[in-house]
Order: sequence, then structure tokens, then C-alpha cells
Amino acid sequence: MQSARDRKIATKKFLSVIPRDAEYPFRLNFYDIPPLYHVTIEEFETCALERLRVLAEIESSFARNRPWEDMKKFVTEQCKKHYPLDSSTAKFVDIRTQRKRDHIGHYVLRLAFCRSEDLRRRFVKAETTLFKIRFDMDDSSERQDFLDSLHGPTNKANDKQSGNEMDDGNKRGQNKIEETGWEEITKDEFDEFEEELRAAYESTLSPRDPPLREPWRMKHYKVKWMRVPDLVEKRRVFLHKGKAYVPETELSSIIFQQFQDNLEKSLLLTLKHLPRLDEDTRIIPLLNNLSQGFLAGVPSEWCSATSSANGDEITADMIDGMAKQHFPMCMRHLHESLRKDKHLKHFGRLQYGLFLKVLGLSIEEALAFWRRSFSLIQDDKFNKEYKYNIRHTFGLEGKRANYPAKSCQQILTADQPGPQDSHGCPYRHFSIDNLQTGLLSMYSNQGLSSAHLPEIVSIVKAGHYHVACTRVFEITHAAQGVKKNDGVGEGESVTHPNQYAARSLELEKMMKKEEEDVSMG
Amino acid sequence: MTMNIDEEPLTPEVMLAFYRRLYPFKSIFSWLNQGHTPTKLFTQREFAFTLQGDVYLRYQSFNTADELKKQVCTMNPTRFEIGPQYTLRPRDKKLARPGTFQPVERELVFDIDMTDYDPIRTCCSDAAICSRCWAFIAVAVKVLDNSIRENFGYKHLLWVYSGRRGIHLWISDKEAMQLTDDQRRSLVGWMSVIQGSKDQHKKVNVRPASRPLPPTLSSMLGTLAEAFSQIILDDQDLFRSAEGWKELLHLLPKDFVDDLGDHWKGKDRSSEDKWKDVKKFVKTNGPQGSAKRRMYESALEDIILQYTYPRLDAEVSKHRNHLLKAPFCVHPKTGRVCVPVDPETIDDFDPGNVPTVGQLLRELHEAEDPEVGEHHSDWMKTSLKPYVDMLDKHATEIIVEVVRKKKEEGDKTW
Ligand SMILES: [Zn+2]
Repeated sequence: MQSARDRKIATKKFLSVIPRDAEYPFRLNFYDIPPLYHVTIEEFETCALERLRVLAEIESSFARNRPWEDMKKFVTEQCKKHYPLDSSTAKFVDIRTQRKRDHIGHYVLRLAFCRSEDLRRRFVKAETTLFKIRFDMDDSSERQDFLDSLHGPTNKANDKQSGNEMDDGNKRGQNKIEETGWEEITKDEFDEFEEELRAAYESTLSPRDPPLREPWRMKHYKVKWMRVPDLVEKRRVFLHKGKAYVPETELSSIIFQQFQDNLEKSLLLTLKHLPRLDEDTRIIPLLNNLSQGFLAGVPSEWCSATSSANGDEITADMIDGMAKQHFPMCMRHLHESLRKDKHLKHFGRLQYGLFLKVLGLSIEEALAFWRRSFSLIQDDKFNKEYKYNIRHTFGLEGKRANYPAKSCQQILTADQPGPQDSHGCPYRHFSIDNLQTGLLSMYSNQGLSSAHLPEIVSIVKAGHYHVACTRVFEITHAAQGVKKNDGVGEGESVTHPNQYAARSLELEKMMKKEEEDVSMG
Repeated sequence: MTMNIDEEPLTPEVMLAFYRRLYPFKSIFSWLNQGHTPTKLFTQREFAFTLQGDVYLRYQSFNTADELKKQVCTMNPTRFEIGPQYTLRPRDKKLARPGTFQPVERELVFDIDMTDYDPIRTCCSDAAICSRCWAFIAVAVKVLDNSIRENFGYKHLLWVYSGRRGIHLWISDKEAMQLTDDQRRSLVGWMSVIQGSKDQHKKVNVRPASRPLPPTLSSMLGTLAEAFSQIILDDQDLFRSAEGWKELLHLLPKDFVDDLGDHWKGKDRSSEDKWKDVKKFVKTNGPQGSAKRRMYESALEDIILQYTYPRLDAEVSKHRNHLLKAPFCVHPKTGRVCVPVDPETIDDFDPGNVPTVGQLLRELHEAEDPEVGEHHSDWMKTSLKPYVDMLDKHATEIIVEVVRKKKEEGDKTW
């Protein structure tokens, strides 16, 4: 048994989370030490499969744009069922076995997912999310203990500042605190920047929170800005001469970033050591299966062979008509901007061009379509500046990749539109006024009226952009028998512009067929 | 007044003479290489040439400044661009195993272009620029320069006029050179205040309603308010037109709209008077210290930001392998040389006074001593000299720091 004092000393060192005797002192684990004990092949497989199920759930939650709170609830339930991990105070459960299974599962999946850039990226994202969820749900005193074990009392981290380089050099490599560069700021620094620190903190509070009364009560840590990129990107910290001043309330952000950085690095190391496993013929097929499972458990890119499926080719001059009948608002808007300005900027061309490609426009028709649309541009300039890019989206140039069309998730989150752009998702990127005007002008001939607007606006304000789009689909396809909550078939919401258009075309086709049947009967 | 296009056409002969006699290859080399003997920062650096007839040639690389000069004089490009240092020499790219040819280091760059200011300038549009709209660029330079130095602590900043309607910034500090694309994206996020598509009126969303501005923005607010008053209210008089004041009303809380809209409709009131109306409304309708007053004041601050804060072309800064036109290239439409600009005197900079290639060659001709043949540092005889001196001084500062750092590290391992 360790005395409390011993334990405190043992956990003082940064990241040396796992003391040898008490293998798993915390529910949360940074996974910086591999399981150094015998693992049976059965344990190896089942732990990995259980964890994989949870990670796949996280990935599909992202794909469905589930809000964070929903995802947290959902994933926590999944974990409870298949992969429990209880707090240290839990009674009547074998905590040690739970934590061991958590540990083994993580390490097996590292082996399975280190092998390609794409798998690594997705694994890191899902694992970091799982860590965040557990961190959020952790018992607060246990979380504090875990945090203390990570950064320890940070008072002695200021050697660097003293400018005593000899001393500094001697400690290199031993002191983990130094590697991560945490420093609690001194009283002098606090006095110097008090105004800024207070403003930085208050500017992140929601309007309902009370203003901070005693900021000096809160610890601040100074850290290289690159260690907290998300705080920097959202301007949530005070920055001075390359150092971010992070209030303890934002500490978790640092922890998450560090978890992610560590995992990214470790995966590359694992990749290097992987060849040694080749000799064990039982493991490789197992790992292959695991990485396949991850892929299958997740909604894949939306691609359709519309043109081949219904046999009629789509030509450049059909687009005007189709846009009015079948396109979701983002594409209608791009189409109308293109008609109005006779031009689209880069991301607009990309978003719309890929959409049209997947809709079934051939490369010849696409070139004809864009050539005619950019009517203010000379042939010469068009051929030089745009033709290559159009061919590129068809995989005829450059890497020759068959680029999929952008999903709603990508449109919502990547490449935010700038002041001159027309791409993006109107439900998200338009002002409410413009959204309402746009909806009425685009869809009133398909049955959308101003009476529908309050409902759509309230969905948008709640941040469920794809649900708003789905609702517009339902309203504008009421004539084809679509009812509220039918979505784009079987209650599914819109997750891809091409899915929207394809379903709309399909409904039209079914209507035509019914009409024919009726007239023939 | 719009800028005169250089009277002389930019023939290939003119360009060749410029490269052979005036272009400061040595200075460019020292700046990119951060040292006097060639390092990977230069030899594994990508250059891309745009040739006459718009042929684009990527992945060029050179061992020395002379090699670069020789190739430039052979190919005689209309301009050339600079990319990152790669893991291998870009010219050997074809020999690389898949996945091994990757960008390593690259200056952190920014691009500010006047076209992003079209919605808020009345004097010119599109490609045109005059000394009045340059004022927008001047504010942007001051704000960005200050933020990079104060917030991020970088010191080696080179501002370069883009030759027509914008300005580039190259940052050469070691840490900045080594930033990954993700880190660049975060830094750009910090700098990006004007966001949202053209269909979105309010483009500044930097805080929850009525909260104080983040300190980095509030510290610049004085400069920006001054610029707002000089440029937007006085010089551009942006809110005089119905289009202008209607846009302004969109940015104000609803309470303002009825009152001021009626007051302004059909009247010819200057922007300055209208802004006074806005401020008066704040004073009469929002009692000092009230929540309403705070809300109004934040709205006014956001408006000042929206009309004066730098509008960045964010994509340029996010990727190490983005190519950017080399300093001292000639803008093909204006004939002006892309010269370095001192941010300290940015207010006095007039794009109309930047030397054109035609002017420089004339100066050279007039200074010509028939006794002496061509000379490497011919630029010394022309009005290009102060600009080359500026780059040399900048490169020297970088090199001094590199040497100092190396010495420090050497001391440590010793
Ligand atoms: Zn102008």
C-alpha cells in the first residue's frame, strides 16, 4: 500500500501517470505506457472490438452532426452497455479489469489504425473525442486529481525564465514539465496584464454569466501558443510575445490537445515497429478485420450513378430547369449567383462543380456548362484558368483522383465563405433576413410560403441546419406526397446535397410513372 | 485619380534587361537562405516561373543565386513565385518515393488585396487603386504588423507591395518558418475578424453580445476608430449614399432603425453627420451604465471593426506550399516593381510613386558610363536602391539572429 504522501510524489512528475504498484490510479488514461503484461489472443480481440464499436458510434455521430450534448449522452450509454469504465469510488465492480480492458483495447486499435494516414486521422479524432467525453463526465474531484497528476504543482517550472542556462541544460530531458512548457504566471506578470487577462476571460463568457469578480483567484498558465491552437484560433486567450495565457478554466483544452499530439506521435512510432508483428500470423488478419470494421460502421461518401441508373443523360442546358425543381438551397444559390455574376469564386466552383458531376453531368457537358456560364470571360482565359480545374475535379488532371462531392458536413464546417463568396450552406451562412427572402424567392412556386418561415428560422437558430434543409425538402415535395418527418425517405435527414437532388428526381420519376399508369389504365 | 499604367509596354527585351541588370538576386538569396553559404532553405526551395504566354513552370530549384539568375535570364519569365523548402530538391521531385516529397519550412505569409475592400470603398473598384483607397491598406498593415509582433512575438517581417492593388507580408522567424499548416490555420483564425459571405450583413462576431472585446482587438480600437473617422466618414463618405447608410442600419440594433431610417431617408446628410446621429441616439436612449448602453456601444465597436479591420485572403496563409510572387518582380499590368515597404512610414507610401521598370531602365541609361560595361549591382544607380537596401538590411538582421542562435546551441552541447 502506498501512503497518500508517496502517491503525491509519484504523481508529481508530468505524465508519469502509472505507478508500478497501483497500475491504474485514475479512470482517465493518457495511454503513454503500453500494457506490459501477457494478453491472451481472446482478450486482444474482444477488448478491441468493444472499443471499436464505441469509436464507430463517435464517428457516425460526427457524420450526423449530432450536437455535443447528444453525442455525449449517446456515447456514454453505449459505453455503459459494452465497455464500462467506472470511477474509483464505484462499488461492486471490478475497476481494475475495466481499466485493463480499456488499456488493452486502445493499444490493439493503435496497431490496426496506424497503417494509413486516413485511418490515423480518424482514429485520433475518435479517440480524442472519447477522451473528452470521459473527461467531461468524470467525477470532479477525480478529474482534479488526474489533472494534478499531469501538470503537478507548477511552481518550479520557471527555471527557464531565470535565464540560468546551465541549470536549464542539465535538466533537459528529465523534466517533463519543461517539455510541455507549462508555467504558472508570476504575481508580477499577473499585475502587468491584469486588464488583458480579465478582458480575455470575460469576452468568452456567455451574456448570462456574471462578470468575473476576483480574477486573481484564478490560476493562469503561460504556454507556447502552438500548444493551444484551438484557443488561439477562437481568440479565447490573451497572447503576448508568442505565449498564450490560459486561465485554469480552459485547462482542459490543453489536455485534449496534448492527448491528441501524443497519440499522433505514438501512432507513427507504432507504424515503424509494426513489421515485427508480421511473424505472428494470427494477428495480421485480425488487425485487417478491425480496420475494415471501422470503415463499414460509418456512413460513406454519398455517390450515385444517377445518369446510368435512370438512363437519361443530363446535359448542360437542362441545369437551369433542374435547379428550380430539384436542387437544395446551397446549390440553388450557387446557380443563381453564377447566372447573376457570370462567375463563381474558387470554392463556389468546387462545391457546385462536384455536385453537378455526381448528379451525372459528363465532362463534356460540364465544360460546355461552365464555358457558357462564364459568359464575360474570353475563350482564351477560360481555357487557361478554368478548364484545367474542371478537368481536375473529374480526375482527368493532377492526382487523377475521383473527388466525391462535398457533404453537408464538409460544406458546413470547411472553407468558411468570405465576404465575396457564394459557397457554403445558406441555412448557416446567410443572415436570417437573407435566408427568409431567399427561401421565398426560390421555393414559393413549390409550395413554400411565409407561414412556413418561423418554423424554419427557429430550427436554424437552434443550429440544426441540415434539419432546416430537410424541412424545406418536405414542404416543397408535399405535392409528391412527402409529409412532415418523412425526410428524404424513411425519415432520414439531408446529409448530402446530392442525396437531396437524387431523392427529388426519384420522386418526380415515380409521379410520372403513376400518371402514365393511370392514363394507360 | 487612378494610377497611370506605365506608358512603355513590357516587352520581353525590357524584362530581360531588368533581370540582367537590376533584379537583386543576391539580396533575395540571402533573405531566403538566411545565411551566406547555400543551405537547404535555398537549394530545396521551390521556384515557379510564369513564362510569356502564361505557361506555368513549377518545381524549379537552384543551388546558388547565380544559378537562379542564369535560369531567370534564360527563361525570361513575366514573374516568378516562391514556395517552401521541401524534403528534397524540387527539381528531383520525380525521383522521390511516393509520400516523401513534403514541404518543410516556409515563411509565414499574408496577402491583403484591395478587391476585398470593394464593398466599402467608393473611390475605385476592382483592379483600380488610388492613394485614397491605399489608406485602407495602410490601416491593415499597422494592425497586422502590431498583432504579429505583440501577440506572436515575431520580429522579422517584410512587407512587399504587390505591384498593383495589395500588399504581401513575409515572416522569417524560425518558429514562423516551422509552423505546420494546422498551426498556420489557427494563427489565421486569430487574425480573421471579418467573416461571413456577402449575403451576411454582420461580418464581425468576436464575442457574445455586450461582452468586452478580446484584448487584442480593444488595444487596436483607438487606431481603428481614427481610421474609421478619416477614411469611412470623411474621405470615402460611405454612408452618404442610400446603399451605404442602409447597410449601416443593418448593423445597428433594431431600436435605431425606425428612428434613424426615417431621419435619413431622402435627405443628403454626410456620413459624419449620420455617425453623429448614431452616437446621439446611443446617448439619449441608453442611460450611462445600463445594459442597453453596453449593447449599443458594442454594436458601434463592431461596426468600426467591420469597416476598418484588415481583410485577409486567408487561404494564402494556411498552407506552406502556397506560392507567392517574389519581391522585386514586375507587375505585368502596371510595370511597377514589387518593392518592400516600411510599415513605419506606410501612411506616406504612394503606390503611384513606386518605380516602374521603364523608369528604372531610363535611369540606368542616363547614369551609364560608356567606359564601363554591365555591372552586377546596377540597381545602385537607380531609384531601386533604397528598396534593395531595405531588403539587405532585413536579411542581415535575420542572419545575425540565426548565427546567434547557432552559437547558443553550440555552447549548450559543449
Ligand atoms: Zn481609390
